[in-house]
Amino acid sequence: MSGITSIHLVENALLVSIQDDVTDTEIIDLQDTLSHRIAEENVRGVVLDISALEIVDTFVGRVIAQLAGISRLLDAETYVVGMRPAVAVTLVELGMYLPETKTALSLTHALSQLRRA
Amino acid sequence: MPQSTTANILNILETNFSAVVEAWLGTQVREGVKRSDLFSDAESRAQNAELLKSFSKGVRNAAVDSEFSLEDAAWEDLRAVLADVTKERVNRGVTPTEMATFVLALKTPLFARLEALLKDDPATLIRDVLLVTRLVDTFAIYTNEVFINEREQIIERQREEMLELSTPVVELWDRVLTLPLIGTLDSARAQEVMENLLQTILERQAEVVIVDITGVSTVDTQVAQHLLRAAAAVRLMGAECIISGISPMIAQTMVQLGIDVGTVSTRSSIRTALADALRTVGYSIQRNREA
Amino acid sequence: MPEIAGKTPPVLLTRVTLRDSRDVVAARQAVAREMKTRGTAAIRVTRFATAVSEIARNAIVHGGGGEISICLDGRKEYLLVECRDQGRGIEDIERAMIDGFTTAGGMGKGLGGARRLSHGFEIETSPGNGTLVRMSARL
Repeated sequence: MSGITSIHLVENALLVSIQDDVTDTEIIDLQDTLSHRIAEENVRGVVLDISALEIVDTFVGRVIAQLAGISRLLDAETYVVGMRPAVAVTLVELGMYLPETKTALSLTHALSQLRRA
Repeated sequence: MPQSTTANILNILETNFSAVVEAWLGTQVREGVKRSDLFSDAESRAQNAELLKSFSKGVRNAAVDSEFSLEDAAWEDLRAVLADVTKERVNRGVTPTEMATFVLALKTPLFARLEALLKDDPATLIRDVLLVTRLVDTFAIYTNEVFINEREQIIERQREEMLELSTPVVELWDRVLTLPLIGTLDSARAQEVMENLLQTILERQAEVVIVDITGVSTVDTQVAQHLLRAAAAVRLMGAECIISGISPMIAQTMVQLGIDVGTVSTRSSIRTALADALRTVGYSIQRNREA
Repeated sequence: MPEIAGKTPPVLLTRVTLRDSRDVVAARQAVAREMKTRGTAAIRVTRFATAVSEIARNAIVHGGGGEISICLDGRKEYLLVECRDQGRGIEDIERAMIDGFTTAGGMGKGLGGARRLSHGFEIETSPGNGTLVRMSARL
């Protein structure tokens, strides 16, 4: 995996942390890698931490939405955590509400929701 | 670069400096723009002197041809002094018209002295009067722009302060925020309110936000859109949004307008919303004795 | 577009060549950097950088590549961004601005969104002549 994303297995969930701005190619690769790992490791959830992202445009938004759909088909829930206020406002203004993607305030919150599911 | 065309003007400005400052003050008094209620004589005189000094410097150094601009480097000093004087004047309540007239009043003493100097040379007198006119007019117009800009900034700051006071985000309980909206909700206000709300969610790690619209005067399609956008942004950050205070009338209006709230929770009263919120964050409410 | 008082022209800060997807990141990061250096609030930075990202990507994906120029206006109050590409041009701008409209693989929400996220926004385009987008944001 490239130097700007890290993937860890935590409590039956994949914790993905994007640490820096990602190119279109990198985010597509990430989606691909995650799809495989969800299946291989039979996880119940994916927690995508985007707290380091200052800019999330329609491309990245779409890929995240797709990831949620893909993981659900593989019987795992995707949670986006740590979205910055500025990013939330901007995505909404772009018309990207990501309705099929679950969200949580932080990794801890996401994991506790996964435990209850 | 000193030019022959501005020689007479410079001469007057430099050799008669104090007299011109006094005469300028005098004209300002006669035009009713000195504002002795806001500024003492000493302050006014000092401002005029500073302005005239930097104005003269500009006249000496600038290229004063058919199209000159006070944005040029030669007028740097004047711009700096003007920025300070304007700030002072705006803060104390001077109006844009008073400020413009204040500057234009400089023409009177300059014309008077030119007339005295060139009474036997009408051609040059006319030329220099036109030049002074152009210089002082440009000075006044520029002053006006700076003044209005400064005023707008102050008004903007005051508006923001008022906005913060009128739409506080209140932490009702641990991890439960409430935003009681009162009055109208236009685009600008909605944007401000949303930014403030989202920032508070981050700082307080709030899990539930109750947006209460009991005090909102009208809920039309626009207002509903603002609310739904705010709710969507709250959800994207990972918190839950409950819109409370939906009266039967608002409910009817919304249905008639075809507004679909989708998955956003709505309640008629803050009471039910609060009960739901507390349950979400892990509390239950228990009565301990009979009322 | 904001009025420029006096005759102070805009100042070119930097140019970014747009060839592949890495340049989309370079363009938006350059814009974000120029805004943050000048003390612009985070919300404004994110909004405009996102808008520029959409336009830069369009230039690469639909315009065959191009160039972005980032300038500071004369009064130092606005950031001005120009994005030029030599592609096929947009045939019907009004349609393209409607969210969700897509030709050949998805300009989708980008264009209309980019306009909403910018202060000033102009497009010059015609079939065969490429596209020029001029956008601005308050600092």
